Amino acid sequence: MATDTLHHGATAEPHEHHDASGTKLFGFWVYLMSDLVIFGSLFATYAVLMKGTAGGPTGADIFELPLILFGTFALLISSFTFGMGVLAMHANRVGQVKVWLIITFLLGLCFLGMEVYEFQHLIHEGYGPDRSGFLSAFFTLVGTHGLHVTFGMIWILVMLVQLSTKGLNAMTRPRILCLSLFWHFLDIVWICVFSFVYLMGVL
Amino acid sequence: MQRRSLWRRRGTLVLLALCLFLAGCSSALLDPKGQIGAEQRTLILTAFGLMLIVVIPVIVMTLLFGWRYRRSNSLAKYTPDWAHSNVIEAVVWIVPCAIIAVLALLTWKTSHSLDPHKPLESDVAPIEIQAVALDWKWLFIYPEQGIASVNEVAFPVDTPVRFRVSSGSVMNAFFIPHLGSQIYAMAGMDNDVHLIADEIGSYPGRSTNYSGAGFSGMTFEAKVTNPADFDAWVETVRAAPQTLTYPEGYEALAEPSESNPVEYFSAISPSLYESILRSFHTGGEHQMGGDHADSHDGENEKTADHAAESGHVTNNHASQDNAMRSHSSSVEVGG
Amino acid sequence: MFGKLTLESIPYHEPIIMVVAAFMAIGGIALFGLITYYRKWGWLWNEWFTSVDHKKLGIMYFIVALVMLLRGFSDAIMMRTQLAMAAGDAAGYLPPEHYDQIFTAHGVIMIFFVAMPMVIGLMNLVVPLQIGARDVAFPFLNNLSFWLFAVSAILVNISLVVGEFAKTGWLAYAPLSGIEFSPGVGVDYWIWALQISGIGTTLTGINFFVTIIKMRTKGMTMFRMPIFTWTSLCANVLIIASFPILTATIALLTLDRYLGMHFFTNDFGGNMMMYVNLIWAWGHPEVYILILPAFGVFSEVIATFARKRLFGYATMVWATISITLLSFVVWLHHFFTMGAGANVNAFFGIMTMIIAIPTGVKVFNWLFTMFRGSLELTSPVLWTLGFIITFTLGGMTGVMLAVPAANFVLHNSLFVIAHFHNVIIGGVVFGMMAGLTYWFPKAFGFTLSEKWGKRSFWCWFIGFYVAFMPLYVLAFFGAVRRMQSYPNTEWQPWMILAWVGAVIIMLGIVCTIIQFWVSIRDRKQNADVTGDPWNGRTLEWSTSSPAPFYNFARLPEVGDIDSFWSQKQRSEEQLEEAPYTDIHMPRNTVAGPVISFFALVIGFALVWHIWWLAAVGAVGVFVSFMARVFNDDIDYYVPAAEVERIEREHQQRVEAQA
Repeated sequence: MATDTLHHGATAEPHEHHDASGTKLFGFWVYLMSDLVIFGSLFATYAVLMKGTAGGPTGADIFELPLILFGTFALLISSFTFGMGVLAMHANRVGQVKVWLIITFLLGLCFLGMEVYEFQHLIHEGYGPDRSGFLSAFFTLVGTHGLHVTFGMIWILVMLVQLSTKGLNAMTRPRILCLSLFWHFLDIVWICVFSFVYLMGVL
Repeated sequence: MQRRSLWRRRGTLVLLALCLFLAGCSSALLDPKGQIGAEQRTLILTAFGLMLIVVIPVIVMTLLFGWRYRRSNSLAKYTPDWAHSNVIEAVVWIVPCAIIAVLALLTWKTSHSLDPHKPLESDVAPIEIQAVALDWKWLFIYPEQGIASVNEVAFPVDTPVRFRVSSGSVMNAFFIPHLGSQIYAMAGMDNDVHLIADEIGSYPGRSTNYSGAGFSGMTFEAKVTNPADFDAWVETVRAAPQTLTYPEGYEALAEPSESNPVEYFSAISPSLYESILRSFHTGGEHQMGGDHADSHDGENEKTADHAAESGHVTNNHASQDNAMRSHSSSVEVGG
Repeated sequence: MFGKLTLESIPYHEPIIMVVAAFMAIGGIALFGLITYYRKWGWLWNEWFTSVDHKKLGIMYFIVALVMLLRGFSDAIMMRTQLAMAAGDAAGYLPPEHYDQIFTAHGVIMIFFVAMPMVIGLMNLVVPLQIGARDVAFPFLNNLSFWLFAVSAILVNISLVVGEFAKTGWLAYAPLSGIEFSPGVGVDYWIWALQISGIGTTLTGINFFVTIIKMRTKGMTMFRMPIFTWTSLCANVLIIASFPILTATIALLTLDRYLGMHFFTNDFGGNMMMYVNLIWAWGHPEVYILILPAFGVFSEVIATFARKRLFGYATMVWATISITLLSFVVWLHHFFTMGAGANVNAFFGIMTMIIAIPTGVKVFNWLFTMFRGSLELTSPVLWTLGFIITFTLGGMTGVMLAVPAANFVLHNSLFVIAHFHNVIIGGVVFGMMAGLTYWFPKAFGFTLSEKWGKRSFWCWFIGFYVAFMPLYVLAFFGAVRRMQSYPNTEWQPWMILAWVGAVIIMLGIVCTIIQFWVSIRDRKQNADVTGDPWNGRTLEWSTSSPAPFYNFARLPEVGDIDSFWSQKQRSEEQLEEAPYTDIHMPRNTVAGPVISFFALVIGFALVWHIWWLAAVGAVGVFVSFMARVFNDDIDYYVPAAEVERIEREHQQRVEAQA
């Protein structure tokens, strides 16, 4: 049909009915809202199962706040560094964007390392997710967040590659913005996890 | 009772009810044998009648308008741009609102008066029967008499019965259609439903909540007898050779079986029902005390409300109420 | 090496399954052979499978849905036959383990693989045209959504011949669906089919929400949008807010089954009531996702064929919005008998009834649209009239079920079955049939045979009442759902009557098939050259049929509700012809089908615990997704000259016809 016979026009030109960047960002917002519903479901699940320890440990028995606090700060700072990266993008400084992204990535890695250590430690103690309903809910809620962080870090790597090969253009710019939304979103979710799971668990 | 006389005045309703009666005399829900069932029949017919106030005009209007304003009918008026009328809009909002308001009032009242957890008022002392859903049969435990039966339950006429309902397997629901209200049977949960029969007879009961391969045969017989016959039935059960011990005997019984025949157990382990409940609160050292199992149970019921809240609504008032209810029931259990 | 998968997993000792499988294989091979013979693979792949054109995706959704309808309906007729036989001591011809799979598959297929794709297919076909857009916001994701759905449908069909399907009922209540009580792979098929298609549906929801919010043509304010677009918007809001709950719930069940966790188990602190709450927190909005677009179809159909403005447009919109919001606060009515307190039950009962108010208002608005109209009794109108009557009755029984104290005796009975078929057949199916007939010419350029369409309607309409009224009666006898047999022989005449009803419905489906056949045969006579076969009111009728791939050569401008109608009324004054401009379009993509293929591999591998294959699938998904991410060549411009050529050809056809 006609599609094959058409010549290749210039791509990625701003177009009146294709406010691509704005639509993408808006769409990503909507995606984040739906993701928030997943987290909401998991928080609710955690609230229901919090007391379902089945004779196993409670939150107060297993949470090590100093360690968690370390990870929390790593993640909070990484949100700041990502913000710096976005500022650098607006100033059209590709090099700086990359540096900030790398720092963000490393901070994310710290956070993830903390989480992996915590999980591995708990499982080693015999408090794995199959021990009780409470632990299932805990591992799943925290683990889902961790999984999101992992995806965010993979995305950072992809963006680093694309920044190197393509630079800042109409395709990479909205992607960086979406990624920054994603990263801040994970930060906010983590603050909820930290207060609701860890702080309330210890209190 | 007032409501019953109310529906009697509605000729159409009686007529419709008669149609359904003619359809078969064994209509369990329209020919109830107990107070709860009778009130529920009245409720269903009242709600039905109220809604016919809207439904009949809608059907008539659909057919009438469809026919009258067909394109080939040149006599009918045609106003292509008429699309708004405050009067009509007001009527179509107010009439459904009014009907729903009446129904809502009725709902509120009957949700409380027919609350399955609410003890029935009666001069006769209530009896308690504990029903446990197993794969795929019903175990009935008579704690006062110290006996148990499978797929057959007997109780005296005009006597309030508190069925405590739980499960030793997946979710089921306990239901004797002639007597009214069903209730879910869930492992580790102590649910209850209060029923009463006002006519002697034998009524079919069953699980209504699908529970696997043997579900269809998960039926039992509810024998409503006069007090003397009930005593005789108890004696028959007491004379049975089998007894039901916990955990060995119970575990053997809990093995899946389909269309299980009626069985009698002349003696049972003490607190058999509580032991079955507690067997699901496993996994730990702290679950030894009997009272603890019950309070744990209360917690579980509260958590159901948490789950309810999870889906975007918070109804503090209602969940508080429920929490209080489960609390009081757990006190009863503890006693 | 192959996990739990062995040769024993193929149920070759089950004659029924093997016959069905043989038919499927023969049909598949025949189709494959025909495509190969006519050398159509390249065409299929380039023009359809990789297409990002929302109209083609809509058509593909419908094709898969109609195929799955045949499968789901076979299940229905098998169940009805079993119940017509299995009274008293008779065991019927289906043993429980088979019967239980059939009713589960029937529910899952009809909701997820028939009703959902029809609704989404119709949205795809119509919404961008109605809002004057050239495509959806994210065309690639749209293609991906379709393929994720399609491979899930394939996964469900694989379960027929390799292994088994779930025996748990369509919502797989825990703990029955847990590993302890359902150790087989049936529930795993259920999990992965729903998980994969659910993700696709969520993407669709986001896509269409953004499309409707961001891509409306000039002048189309929110309160000038056609009602079908409004109902689609609300349905998509529901998808975005509710499908993640399904995703999370199924994920938790997965963790229970695969990693021994304790979310919904009987012991170790699990809570099976939470499963029921979560699944219905999604499940109730789901029924409104299905019914709202159907409401939209009826609104369009009735206004068009009555040649009259829709009565109470603003009321209609607000009623839709309130239904959307309320649908999130009623889920507990699916389990009043769980034992919550009287206040909780009463609250949810009353909230449920309140939904009846806006719904009732909508019904009156349709009626007053007919009032003083000039109603052409075409088959879409028949479906609509049938809907109003049937749905009103279904709504009534719904309100009866919403009274908790009445629900205590009606719950889990055949009354519930009769009720939801009353609203789903009377509402969703009738709506989709009306929509299919109504928009078919827009998709294909010719109208469907009215004669066979009307025959199909009467079969469905009469068949529905014969099939489901007996179930209402049986419920009063104490008959419950999901029974494979029943002791009471007095029920049998009613069951046989219901079987007769199912056969009449089958005739309706046969009529639809004949309708397609006859219409395609006579497509020349039934050609719709003008693009506006029904004297329509909304923008989709202002472009040619079938619409060009760019939808509109010049983007329309809107100044009113029913703007196309008023434009036609303002006489034939020609708008001054602005010159054509280059049109920016998305390029077709192989990423959608490829990613989805690997998703199918993951799903199948996880069902059978073939871990290496799952890893292969995961790598496949990742690599193909990355290939898409690193591909810059995703769009192009259609030159103005090309647009002009296409438009001129269309103009010539119209003139030749005149």
